[in-house]
Amino acid sequence: MDKTVRGPAYVVGDSVDTDQIIPAEHLVYSMTEPDERRLYGCYAMSAVPPAGQGLPTGNTPFADCDADREGLPSRFKVIVAGGNFGCGSSREHAPFAISEAGCRVVVAESFARIFFRNAVDGGFLVPIESPQRLIDRIRTGDDVEVDVDSATLTNHTTEETFLLKPLGEVAEIVRAGSVFEYARQKGLIPS
Amino acid sequence: MTLTEKIIARHAGRDRVAPGEHVWIDIDVLMTHDVCGPPTIDIFKREFGEAARVWDKEKLVIMPDHYIFTANKHAHRNLEVLRAFASDQKLPHFYDAFSDRYKGVCHVGLAEEGFNRPGSTLIGTDSHTCTSGAFGLFSTGVGNTDAALIMGTGKLWVRVPETMRFVFEGTLPPYLMAKDLILSVIGDIGVDGATYRAMEFDGHAVYDLGMPERMTLTNMAIEAGGKNGIIAADDVTVAYVKERTDAAFEVLHSAPDARFHSEYRYDVSEMEPVVAKPHSPDNRATVSEVAGTRLDRCYIGSCTGGKLEDFVAAASILRGNEVRVDTYVVPASTEVDRALDTQQIDGVTLREIFERSGCKIGQSSCAACLGGPPDTFGRTHGTEVVISTTNRNFPGRMGSKSSSVFLASALTVAASALHGVISDPREVLV
Repeated sequence: MDKTVRGPAYVVGDSVDTDQIIPAEHLVYSMTEPDERRLYGCYAMSAVPPAGQGLPTGNTPFADCDADREGLPSRFKVIVAGGNFGCGSSREHAPFAISEAGCRVVVAESFARIFFRNAVDGGFLVPIESPQRLIDRIRTGDDVEVDVDSATLTNHTTEETFLLKPLGEVAEIVRAGSVFEYARQKGLIPS
Repeated sequence: MTLTEKIIARHAGRDRVAPGEHVWIDIDVLMTHDVCGPPTIDIFKREFGEAARVWDKEKLVIMPDHYIFTANKHAHRNLEVLRAFASDQKLPHFYDAFSDRYKGVCHVGLAEEGFNRPGSTLIGTDSHTCTSGAFGLFSTGVGNTDAALIMGTGKLWVRVPETMRFVFEGTLPPYLMAKDLILSVIGDIGVDGATYRAMEFDGHAVYDLGMPERMTLTNMAIEAGGKNGIIAADDVTVAYVKERTDAAFEVLHSAPDARFHSEYRYDVSEMEPVVAKPHSPDNRATVSEVAGTRLDRCYIGSCTGGKLEDFVAAASILRGNEVRVDTYVVPASTEVDRALDTQQIDGVTLREIFERSGCKIGQSSCAACLGGPPDTFGRTHGTEVVISTTNRNFPGRMGSKSSSVFLASALTVAASALHGVISDPREVLV
């Protein structure tokens, strides 16, 4: 996992649930076959209601897989969210879809617990909590940089820096890359 | 220690655990289904090798239930993946679709097949795995990666949750169901009111309920963000379990000096029928506040609202009447489906009551609770306004991003079906 991530921010509101992150009708695709796997990135965040897609203006899709578009499905690198991000189902497809779109960090006021551990244990993205509500301080498209080790978010567009919450005990799993690598390092499973 | 702490401690090989600690626990049952099973199997093979064997085939349960009755080719491919794995691993607890063993919705199937054993740990690749906690066990949902780790090792790391206690006293009036109680709780504490915590339900009104209704309470712990919902086992639990398994189990209780994060008390005799308005399970209103809201559809089904008690309740209102709007009935399990033909009210079977009143009856599965492929039974496709016994009403949950879903008890849904508008069951119950 990269220690710093810099790029355009994508801002959403409170309680964005897993059905909004990746609607259930798409869960039939293989998560390993490359062509099907890419679809998860294409449909990431696709059911967030239009007014909430990229605050404050809304109506900004997170991902775009038009045929003439090359590269990653999303140009956004950091999701900035309100509280209870990822509530709802246990589908690991949710952090996977965001990651497949090309976004590897979510900063939220709080996370639903299954989303949080799926993001960490699968090594898909780094979920970091913010002690303050950043969705009123950052606009979709702002150039932001998250430093995982120092737990800071810098908004280069406004030249502001915000302190985030330390990862705590799960930092070891984040550093290892996934729960499997962590378990091997700890000797819980043979390497 | 609380009940949840005791179970975690025993499965961590410890005398005590305290909230906030991270511990590795042994898993007694791992359950997966057709949506998360195939990717879990992929990760299991990637991490442990193509020839790896599951840690204990007696402890692995596979119950396909999500996308069964659909023409979607990917959905059928996923069922094939499960079949090949179950055959290769010689799994004894595979309940294949389109076979005599098919169960329907896994959370109800786990109870019916005797996998919910007091004092045990049960983990599933589905957020509503917390349903099983109604049997006095620790159960929670995980993703594919955690499930694959369990599949290879039988172990899972958990952060020991604090426990919130919800005590229901009084006698439940005939117009209320467990769904009214849990929607009231979620309305009080919010969709993140129990995040990272256990929700323990207690009190005479809880123990007056049968097992299926208790499962409605624990089922929706996740809708408040809870890690697990739990109800200590009593004689009703023990009788249900012994009828369905010879496996050993241990009845545990929260100690008298257990420390709870908080305690909420309710007198059920003073509670009212409630709904969760669109688009969040904590958007509570009393039925009387929203009565008269025009509906396009009624839906009775799912792990939380498609159990036998739900259909008995709905039939008691629909009997001898006709529905005014499209009304979908989906038994959660094949056992519930069969009971529609044996359970009677005044000599008429539940199935006959539903058919005569104009309901559409579907096959046991998750069906439209979570939308699914476009040909899913009961799925929304437009701007439908739905009242449903299911457990989530986030935008797009039942299929169409433009539809609106109210959550309610089977009594309230059935009363509403008769009028085509949201209706209070007190008006039609005699």
